[in-house]
Amino acid sequence: MHIKTPLAEKDLEKLKIGDRVLLSGTIYTARDAAHEKLVKLIEAGKDLPIPLSGQVIYYVGPAPAKPDKVIGSAGPTTSYRMDSFILPLLEKGLKGTIGKGPRSKIVREVMQNQQAVYFAAVGGAAALIARSIKKAEIVAYPELGPEAIRKLEVEEMPLIVVNDLAGNDLYQQGRTKYKID
Amino acid sequence: MREIRSAEITEKVAKLAQEANFYLNDDLLNALDKAAEEEISEPGRYILEQIKENAQIAASENVPVCQDTGVAVVFIKIGNDVHLDGDLYEAIEAGIRKGYSEGYLRKSIVADPLSRQNTGDNTPAIIHTEIVPGDQLEIVIAPKGGGSENMSRITMLKPGDGKTGVKDFVIETIEKAGANACPPLVVGVGIGGNFEKSAYLAKKSLLRDLDDHHADPEIAKFEAELLEAINKTGIGPQGMGGRTTALAVKIEVFATHIAQLPVAVNLNCHAARHKKIII
Repeated sequence: MHIKTPLAEKDLEKLKIGDRVLLSGTIYTARDAAHEKLVKLIEAGKDLPIPLSGQVIYYVGPAPAKPDKVIGSAGPTTSYRMDSFILPLLEKGLKGTIGKGPRSKIVREVMQNQQAVYFAAVGGAAALIARSIKKAEIVAYPELGPEAIRKLEVEEMPLIVVNDLAGNDLYQQGRTKYKID
Repeated sequence: MREIRSAEITEKVAKLAQEANFYLNDDLLNALDKAAEEEISEPGRYILEQIKENAQIAASENVPVCQDTGVAVVFIKIGNDVHLDGDLYEAIEAGIRKGYSEGYLRKSIVADPLSRQNTGDNTPAIIHTEIVPGDQLEIVIAPKGGGSENMSRITMLKPGDGKTGVKDFVIETIEKAGANACPPLVVGVGIGGNFEKSAYLAKKSLLRDLDDHHADPEIAKFEAELLEAINKTGIGPQGMGGRTTALAVKIEVFATHIAQLPVAVNLNCHAARHKKIII
Protein backbone atom coordinates (compact mmCIF):
# COMPACT_ATOMS: atom_id res chain seq x y z
CA MET A 1 0.00 0.00 0.00
CA HIS A 2 1.34 3.44 -0.93
CA ILE A 3 0.77 6.39 1.38
CA LYS A 4 2.03 9.94 1.46
CA THR A 5 2.86 12.51 4.11
CA PRO A 6 1.35 14.56 5.62
CA LEU A 7 -0.86 11.66 6.65
CA ALA A 8 -4.53 12.10 5.77
CA GLU A 9 -7.28 10.72 7.99
CA LYS A 10 -8.68 8.57 5.18
CA ASP A 11 -5.27 6.92 4.69
CA LEU A 12 -4.77 6.35 8.40
CA GLU A 13 -8.18 4.69 8.69
CA LYS A 14 -7.25 2.13 6.05
CA LEU A 15 -4.12 0.93 7.83
CA LYS A 16 -4.29 -2.37 9.70
CA ILE A 17 -1.56 -4.05 11.70
CA GLY A 18 0.75 -6.19 9.59
CA ASP A 19 0.10 -4.08 6.46
CA ARG A 20 3.17 -3.39 4.40
CA VAL A 21 3.31 0.26 3.55
CA LEU A 22 5.49 2.20 1.13
CA LEU A 23 5.73 5.72 2.52
CA SER A 24 6.61 8.76 0.39
CA GLY A 25 6.98 12.45 1.20
CA THR A 26 8.62 14.53 3.91
CA ILE A 27 9.43 13.01 7.31
CA TYR A 28 11.55 14.26 10.22
CA THR A 29 14.17 12.41 12.26
CA ALA A 30 14.54 12.67 16.01
CA ARG A 31 15.81 10.48 18.80
CA ASP A 32 16.48 10.81 22.54
CA ALA A 33 18.39 14.10 22.73
CA ALA A 34 16.25 15.92 20.13
CA HIS A 35 13.05 14.75 21.81
CA GLU A 36 14.19 16.16 25.11
CA LYS A 37 14.74 19.53 23.44
CA LEU A 38 11.39 19.50 21.60
CA VAL A 39 9.48 18.69 24.78
CA LYS A 40 11.25 21.50 26.66
CA LEU A 41 10.21 23.96 23.93
CA ILE A 42 6.59 22.78 24.12
CA GLU A 43 6.61 23.08 27.92
CA ALA A 44 7.98 26.63 27.61
CA GLY A 45 5.30 27.50 25.05
CA LYS A 46 7.90 28.25 22.37
CA ASP A 47 7.86 27.57 18.61
CA LEU A 48 9.21 24.24 17.39
CA PRO A 49 11.86 23.90 14.66
CA ILE A 50 9.65 21.41 12.77
CA PRO A 51 5.92 21.14 12.04
CA LEU A 52 4.05 18.34 13.81
CA SER A 53 0.48 18.47 12.54
CA GLY A 54 -0.12 15.45 10.30
CA GLN A 55 3.61 14.69 10.31
CA VAL A 56 5.72 11.59 10.80
CA ILE A 57 8.84 11.30 12.98
CA TYR A 58 11.43 8.62 12.21
CA TYR A 59 13.52 7.45 15.17
CA VAL A 60 16.93 7.25 13.53
CA GLY A 61 20.48 8.40 13.96
CA PRO A 62 21.93 7.83 10.49
CA ALA A 63 25.50 6.98 9.65
CA PRO A 64 27.36 9.82 7.89
CA ALA A 65 26.78 10.15 4.14
CA LYS A 66 29.57 9.08 1.82
CA PRO A 67 30.45 11.84 -0.68
CA ASP A 68 28.29 10.31 -3.43
CA LYS A 69 25.23 9.72 -1.24
CA VAL A 70 22.55 11.82 0.44
CA ILE A 71 22.68 9.85 3.69
CA GLY A 72 24.47 6.92 5.28
CA SER A 73 22.81 3.73 6.49
CA ALA A 74 19.64 4.73 8.29
CA GLY A 75 17.66 2.03 10.07
CA PRO A 76 15.29 2.56 13.00
CA THR A 77 16.36 2.81 16.62
CA THR A 78 14.38 1.33 19.53
CA SER A 79 11.20 3.31 20.14
CA TYR A 80 10.54 2.74 23.85
CA ARG A 81 13.21 5.30 24.72
CA MET A 82 11.00 7.98 23.14
CA ASP A 83 7.85 6.87 25.00
CA SER A 84 8.46 9.32 27.82
CA PHE A 85 8.58 12.23 25.34
CA ILE A 86 5.93 11.45 22.75
CA LEU A 87 2.70 12.51 24.50
CA PRO A 88 3.06 16.30 24.01
CA LEU A 89 4.05 15.70 20.39
CA LEU A 90 0.90 13.65 19.77
CA GLU A 91 -1.14 16.45 21.33
CA LYS A 92 0.44 18.81 18.79
CA GLY A 93 -0.93 16.66 15.97
CA LEU A 94 1.88 14.17 15.23
CA LYS A 95 0.21 11.38 13.26
CA GLY A 96 2.87 8.77 12.84
CA THR A 97 6.12 7.49 14.23
CA ILE A 98 8.60 5.03 12.74
CA GLY A 99 10.90 2.91 14.88
CA LYS A 100 11.28 -0.62 16.14
CA GLY A 101 10.00 -2.41 19.21
CA PRO A 102 6.82 -2.04 21.24
CA ARG A 103 5.32 1.16 22.66
CA SER A 104 4.16 1.45 26.26
CA LYS A 105 0.49 0.93 27.11
CA ILE A 106 -0.05 4.63 27.77
CA VAL A 107 1.54 5.62 24.46
CA ARG A 108 -0.66 3.11 22.62
CA GLU A 109 -3.75 4.53 24.31
CA VAL A 110 -2.85 8.13 23.56
CA MET A 111 -1.96 7.24 19.94
CA GLN A 112 -5.39 5.72 19.57
CA ASN A 113 -7.11 8.71 21.18
CA GLN A 114 -5.20 11.11 18.95
CA GLN A 115 -5.69 8.85 15.90
CA ALA A 116 -2.02 8.28 15.24
CA VAL A 117 -0.28 5.15 13.99
CA TYR A 118 3.06 3.50 14.71
CA PHE A 119 5.12 1.90 11.98
CA ALA A 120 8.12 -0.38 12.24
CA ALA A 121 10.96 -0.32 9.79
CA VAL A 122 13.15 -3.44 9.80
CA GLY A 123 15.84 -2.87 12.41
CA GLY A 124 19.27 -3.41 10.94
CA ALA A 125 18.06 -3.10 7.33
CA ALA A 126 19.79 0.25 7.33
CA ALA A 127 21.52 0.19 3.94
CA LEU A 128 18.30 -0.93 2.25
CA ILE A 129 16.21 1.77 3.96
CA ALA A 130 18.77 4.45 3.03
CA ARG A 131 17.99 3.77 -0.64
CA SER A 132 14.47 5.13 -0.13
CA ILE A 133 15.81 8.42 1.26
CA LYS A 134 16.22 10.89 -1.60
CA LYS A 135 17.10 14.08 0.29
CA ALA A 136 18.37 14.80 3.77
CA GLU A 137 18.91 18.15 5.41
CA ILE A 138 19.70 19.04 9.03
CA VAL A 139 17.00 21.44 10.22
CA ALA A 140 17.73 21.65 13.96
CA TYR A 141 20.39 20.88 16.59
CA PRO A 142 23.37 20.19 14.30
CA GLU A 143 25.52 19.99 17.45
CA LEU A 144 23.85 16.66 18.24
CA GLY A 145 25.62 14.99 15.29
CA PRO A 146 23.78 11.75 14.46
CA GLU A 147 20.99 12.90 16.81
CA ALA A 148 20.32 16.19 14.95
CA ILE A 149 16.83 16.67 13.51
CA ARG A 150 16.85 15.98 9.79
CA LYS A 151 14.19 16.65 7.21
CA LEU A 152 14.08 13.68 4.87
CA GLU A 153 12.39 13.23 1.51
CA VAL A 154 11.53 9.55 1.18
CA GLU A 155 10.22 7.52 -1.72
CA GLU A 156 8.54 4.21 -1.04
CA MET A 157 10.15 3.66 2.31
CA PRO A 158 9.25 0.09 3.36
CA LEU A 159 7.33 -0.03 6.64
CA ILE A 160 5.02 -2.36 8.53
CA VAL A 161 2.02 -1.14 10.54
CA VAL A 162 2.45 -2.12 14.21
CA ASN A 163 -0.25 -0.06 15.96
CA ASP A 164 -3.37 0.93 14.02
CA LEU A 165 -6.26 3.24 14.83
CA ALA A 166 -8.30 0.35 16.21
CA GLY A 167 -5.72 -0.09 18.97
CA ASN A 168 -4.28 -3.40 17.72
CA ASP A 169 -0.66 -4.33 18.35
CA LEU A 170 1.26 -6.48 15.88
CA TYR A 171 3.94 -7.49 18.39
CA GLN A 172 1.38 -8.89 20.83
CA GLN A 173 -0.69 -10.63 18.17
CA GLY A 174 2.32 -12.00 16.28
CA ARG A 175 3.90 -13.50 19.36
CA THR A 176 0.64 -15.11 20.51
CA LYS A 177 0.06 -16.59 17.07
CA TYR A 178 3.41 -18.36 16.83
CA LYS A 179 4.05 -19.25 20.48
CA ILE A 180 4.37 -22.97 21.26
CA ASP A 181 3.46 -23.94 24.83
CA MET B 1 61.13 -11.65 20.52
CA ARG B 2 59.23 -10.32 17.51
CA GLU B 3 58.82 -6.61 16.88
CA ILE B 4 55.39 -5.30 15.81
CA ARG B 5 55.01 -1.64 14.89
CA SER B 6 52.13 0.38 16.36
CA ALA B 7 51.57 2.03 12.99
CA GLU B 8 50.81 -1.37 11.51
CA ILE B 9 48.32 -2.11 14.29
CA THR B 10 46.57 1.22 13.71
CA GLU B 11 46.28 0.62 9.95
CA LYS B 12 44.95 -2.90 10.40
CA VAL B 13 42.46 -1.93 13.10
CA ALA B 14 41.12 0.88 10.89
CA LYS B 15 40.58 -1.52 8.00
CA LEU B 16 39.10 -4.22 10.22
CA ALA B 17 36.63 -1.81 11.85
CA GLN B 18 35.25 -0.97 8.42
CA GLU B 19 35.15 -4.57 7.21
CA ALA B 20 33.34 -5.65 10.36
CA ASN B 21 30.64 -3.07 9.68
CA PHE B 22 30.33 -3.62 5.92
CA TYR B 23 30.55 -7.39 5.47
CA LEU B 24 28.70 -10.03 7.47
CA ASN B 25 30.49 -13.35 7.93
CA ASP B 26 29.48 -16.38 5.83
CA ASP B 27 28.25 -18.41 8.81
CA LEU B 28 25.74 -15.65 9.61
CA LEU B 29 24.65 -15.24 5.98
CA ASN B 30 24.10 -19.01 5.74
CA ALA B 31 22.08 -18.99 8.95
CA LEU B 32 19.90 -16.18 7.58
CA ASP B 33 19.37 -18.11 4.32
CA LYS B 34 18.32 -21.18 6.25
CA ALA B 35 16.00 -19.15 8.49
CA ALA B 36 14.34 -17.51 5.47
CA GLU B 37 13.68 -20.96 3.99
CA GLU B 38 12.30 -22.45 7.18
CA GLU B 39 10.37 -19.56 8.73
CA ILE B 40 6.63 -20.30 8.66
CA SER B 41 5.45 -16.77 9.42
CA GLU B 42 4.79 -14.65 6.37
CA PRO B 43 5.92 -11.34 7.93
CA GLY B 44 8.90 -13.25 9.30
CA ARG B 45 9.98 -14.38 5.85
CA TYR B 46 9.50 -10.89 4.41
CA ILE B 47 11.70 -9.44 7.16
CA LEU B 48 14.40 -12.09 6.68
CA GLU B 49 14.45 -11.35 2.95
CA GLN B 50 14.92 -7.62 3.72
CA ILE B 51 17.75 -8.45 6.10
CA LYS B 52 19.46 -10.60 3.44
CA GLU B 53 19.03 -7.95 0.75
CA ASN B 54 20.36 -5.35 3.16
CA ALA B 55 23.52 -7.39 3.71
CA GLN B 56 24.07 -7.57 -0.05
CA ILE B 57 23.58 -3.82 -0.49
CA ALA B 58 25.94 -3.02 2.39
CA ALA B 59 28.64 -5.31 1.01
CA SER B 60 28.35 -4.07 -2.56
CA GLU B 61 28.31 -0.36 -1.63
CA ASN B 62 30.81 -0.61 1.25
CA VAL B 63 28.37 0.97 3.68
CA PRO B 64 27.50 -0.23 7.17
CA VAL B 65 24.95 -3.03 7.49
CA CYS B 66 23.38 -1.09 10.36
CA GLN B 67 23.56 2.64 11.08
CA ASP B 68 24.42 1.71 14.64
CA THR B 69 28.05 0.92 14.07
CA GLY B 70 28.28 0.40 17.76
CA VAL B 71 30.79 0.48 20.50
CA ALA B 72 34.00 -0.89 19.04
CA VAL B 73 34.64 -3.94 21.19
CA VAL B 74 38.18 -5.18 20.60
CA PHE B 75 39.56 -8.52 21.74
CA ILE B 76 43.33 -8.80 21.71
CA LYS B 77 45.48 -11.88 22.16
CA ILE B 78 49.08 -10.87 22.41
CA GLY B 79 51.90 -13.38 22.40
CA ASN B 80 54.40 -12.97 25.22
CA ASP B 81 57.21 -12.97 22.64
CA VAL B 82 55.85 -9.83 20.96
CA HIS B 83 57.59 -6.50 21.44
CA LEU B 84 55.72 -3.32 20.51
CA ASP B 85 57.37 -0.01 19.60
CA GLY B 86 54.62 1.98 21.29
CA ASP B 87 51.46 1.84 23.39
CA LEU B 88 49.12 -0.97 22.28
CA TYR B 89 45.98 0.80 23.51
CA GLU B 90 46.88 4.06 21.79
CA ALA B 91 47.56 2.19 18.55
CA ILE B 92 44.14 0.54 18.71
CA GLU B 93 42.30 3.77 19.58
CA ALA B 94 44.03 5.51 16.68
CA GLY B 95 42.85 2.71 14.39
CA ILE B 96 39.26 2.99 15.60
CA ARG B 97 39.36 6.76 15.14
CA LYS B 98 40.71 6.41 11.59
CA GLY B 99 38.44 3.52 10.62
CA TYR B 100 35.24 5.17 11.86
CA SER B 101 36.10 8.51 10.32
CA GLU B 102 37.32 7.32 6.90
CA GLY B 103 34.66 4.62 6.67
CA TYR B 104 31.75 7.03 7.27
CA LEU B 105 30.72 4.99 10.30
CA ARG B 106 28.49 6.54 12.94
CA LYS B 107 30.14 8.02 16.01
CA SER B 108 28.03 6.71 18.85
CA ILE B 109 30.15 7.23 21.94
CA VAL B 110 29.56 9.89 24.60
CA ALA B 111 32.51 10.75 26.84
CA ASP B 112 30.57 10.75 30.07
CA PRO B 113 27.50 8.59 30.71
CA LEU B 114 25.72 11.43 32.55
CA SER B 115 26.70 14.67 30.80
CA ARG B 116 26.68 12.84 27.40
CA GLN B 117 28.94 14.80 25.03
CA ASN B 118 29.73 12.82 21.87
CA THR B 119 33.48 12.20 21.57
CA GLY B 120 33.14 12.62 17.80
CA ASP B 121 35.41 9.75 16.79
CA ASN B 122 33.79 6.65 18.37
CA THR B 123 36.56 6.26 20.90
CA PRO B 124 37.24 5.03 23.46
CA ALA B 125 36.90 1.44 22.34
CA ILE B 126 36.27 -1.31 24.87
CA ILE B 127 39.47 -3.35 24.75
CA HIS B 128 39.95 -6.80 26.29
CA THR B 129 43.48 -8.18 26.32
CA GLU B 130 44.77 -11.65 26.91
CA ILE B 131 48.42 -12.64 27.08
CA VAL B 132 49.13 -15.95 25.36
CA PRO B 133 52.23 -17.95 24.41
CA GLY B 134 53.84 -17.17 21.05
CA ASP B 135 54.87 -14.18 18.95
CA GLN B 136 51.62 -13.22 17.24
CA LEU B 137 49.03 -10.55 17.80
CA GLU B 138 45.38 -11.49 17.21
CA ILE B 139 42.84 -8.69 16.89
CA VAL B 140 39.09 -9.21 16.80
CA ILE B 141 36.75 -6.26 16.31
CA ALA B 142 33.11 -6.77 17.24
CA PRO B 143 31.04 -3.60 16.82
CA LYS B 144 28.11 -3.86 19.22
CA GLY B 145 24.91 -1.88 18.76
CA GLY B 146 22.86 -0.28 21.50
CA GLY B 147 19.50 -1.96 20.88
CA SER B 148 20.51 -5.50 21.72
CA GLU B 149 23.07 -4.49 24.36
CA ASN B 150 20.33 -2.59 26.24
CA MET B 151 18.30 -5.80 26.48
CA SER B 152 21.18 -7.89 27.88
CA ARG B 153 21.02 -8.95 31.53
CA ILE B 154 23.02 -10.46 34.34
CA THR B 155 21.90 -12.24 37.50
CA MET B 156 23.41 -14.04 40.48
CA LEU B 157 21.41 -17.25 40.85
CA LYS B 158 21.60 -19.61 43.80
CA PRO B 159 23.60 -22.79 43.15
CA GLY B 160 20.41 -24.75 43.80
CA ASP B 161 18.67 -23.00 40.89
CA GLY B 162 20.82 -25.11 38.57
CA LYS B 163 20.19 -25.58 34.86
CA THR B 164 16.49 -24.88 35.21
CA GLY B 165 17.23 -21.52 36.80
CA VAL B 166 19.65 -20.66 34.00
CA LYS B 167 17.14 -21.66 31.34
CA ASP B 168 14.34 -19.65 32.94
CA PHE B 169 16.56 -16.56 33.16
CA VAL B 170 17.62 -16.86 29.51
CA ILE B 171 14.03 -17.25 28.29
CA GLU B 172 12.82 -14.40 30.49
CA THR B 173 15.57 -12.18 29.05
CA ILE B 174 14.55 -13.03 25.47
CA GLU B 175 10.86 -12.45 26.22
CA LYS B 176 11.51 -9.10 27.87
CA ALA B 177 13.74 -8.05 24.97
CA GLY B 178 11.12 -8.95 22.35
CA ALA B 179 11.41 -6.81 19.24
CA ASN B 180 13.77 -4.32 20.90
CA ALA B 181 16.88 -6.46 20.52
CA CYS B 182 16.31 -6.84 16.74
CA PRO B 183 15.68 -10.58 16.42
CA PRO B 184 16.62 -13.03 15.01
CA LEU B 185 19.24 -12.96 17.72
CA VAL B 186 22.55 -14.55 18.46
CA VAL B 187 22.45 -15.27 22.18
CA GLY B 188 25.63 -15.36 24.25
CA VAL B 189 25.40 -16.91 27.71
CA GLY B 190 28.15 -16.77 30.31
CA ILE B 191 27.71 -19.13 33.25
CA GLY B 192 29.96 -19.17 36.30
CA GLY B 193 33.08 -17.23 37.23
CA ASN B 194 31.91 -14.20 39.19
CA PHE B 195 29.90 -11.06 38.41
CA GLU B 196 32.15 -9.52 35.74
CA LYS B 197 33.57 -12.81 34.46
CA SER B 198 30.13 -14.11 33.49
CA ALA B 199 29.46 -10.94 31.46
CA TYR B 200 32.83 -11.26 29.75
CA LEU B 201 32.16 -14.91 28.90
CA ALA B 202 28.74 -14.04 27.46
CA LYS B 203 30.26 -11.35 25.24
CA LYS B 204 33.12 -13.59 24.17
CA SER B 205 30.82 -16.45 23.25
CA LEU B 206 29.28 -14.20 20.57
CA LEU B 207 32.55 -14.43 18.64
CA ARG B 208 32.18 -18.15 18.03
CA ASP B 209 31.28 -19.49 14.61
CA LEU B 210 27.52 -19.95 14.46
CA ASP B 211 27.90 -23.52 13.19
CA ASP B 212 30.32 -24.73 15.82
CA HIS B 213 29.49 -26.91 18.79
CA HIS B 214 30.82 -26.44 22.28
CA ALA B 215 33.68 -28.85 23.05
CA ASP B 216 31.82 -30.14 26.11
CA PRO B 217 28.92 -32.29 24.80
CA GLU B 218 26.76 -31.42 27.83
CA ILE B 219 27.14 -27.70 27.14
CA ALA B 220 26.55 -28.28 23.43
CA LYS B 221 23.32 -30.08 24.34
CA PHE B 222 22.29 -27.21 26.61
CA GLU B 223 22.92 -24.73 23.77
CA ALA B 224 20.59 -26.72 21.53
CA GLU B 225 17.97 -27.00 24.27
CA LEU B 226 18.01 -23.26 24.88
CA LEU B 227 17.78 -22.49 21.16
CA GLU B 228 14.74 -24.72 20.83
CA ALA B 229 13.05 -23.10 23.83
CA ILE B 230 13.81 -19.58 22.57
CA ASN B 231 12.30 -20.39 19.18
CA LYS B 232 9.09 -21.53 20.86
CA THR B 233 8.44 -18.06 22.30
CA GLY B 234 6.79 -16.97 19.04
CA ILE B 235 8.63 -13.63 19.02
CA GLY B 236 10.08 -14.22 15.56
CA PRO B 237 11.99 -11.92 13.19
CA GLN B 238 11.74 -8.31 14.45
CA GLY B 239 9.25 -9.49 17.07
CA MET B 240 6.37 -9.63 14.62
CA GLY B 241 5.70 -13.29 15.20
CA GLY B 242 7.46 -16.41 13.95
CA ARG B 243 9.71 -19.30 14.81
CA THR B 244 13.09 -17.69 14.18
CA THR B 245 13.70 -15.72 17.35
CA ALA B 246 17.34 -16.79 17.59
CA LEU B 247 19.82 -18.13 15.05
CA ALA B 248 22.17 -19.60 17.64
CA VAL B 249 22.88 -19.86 21.35
CA LYS B 250 26.48 -19.94 22.54
CA ILE B 251 27.43 -20.78 26.11
CA GLU B 252 30.75 -20.35 27.86
CA VAL B 253 31.34 -21.61 31.39
CA PHE B 254 33.97 -21.02 34.07
CA ALA B 255 34.70 -22.27 37.59
CA THR B 256 32.77 -20.45 40.27
CA HIS B 257 32.39 -20.01 44.04
CA ILE B 258 30.54 -22.60 46.17
CA ALA B 259 27.91 -19.95 46.97
CA GLN B 260 27.43 -18.65 43.44
CA LEU B 261 25.83 -19.27 40.06
CA PRO B 262 26.32 -16.10 38.02
CA VAL B 263 24.55 -15.97 34.64
CA ALA B 264 24.95 -13.27 32.02
CA VAL B 265 22.95 -13.12 28.80
CA ASN B 266 24.43 -10.91 26.11
CA LEU B 267 22.05 -10.51 23.22
CA ASN B 268 23.28 -9.75 19.74
CA CYS B 269 20.96 -8.51 17.02
CA HIS B 270 20.93 -10.29 13.65
CA ALA B 271 23.81 -8.05 12.57
CA ALA B 272 26.22 -10.15 14.65
CA ARG B 273 29.40 -8.50 13.43
CA HIS B 274 32.99 -9.50 14.09
CA LYS B 275 36.20 -9.75 12.09
CA LYS B 276 39.56 -11.16 13.04
CA ILE B 277 43.14 -10.73 11.88
CA ILE B 278 46.43 -12.13 13.05
CA ILE B 279 49.58 -10.07 12.75
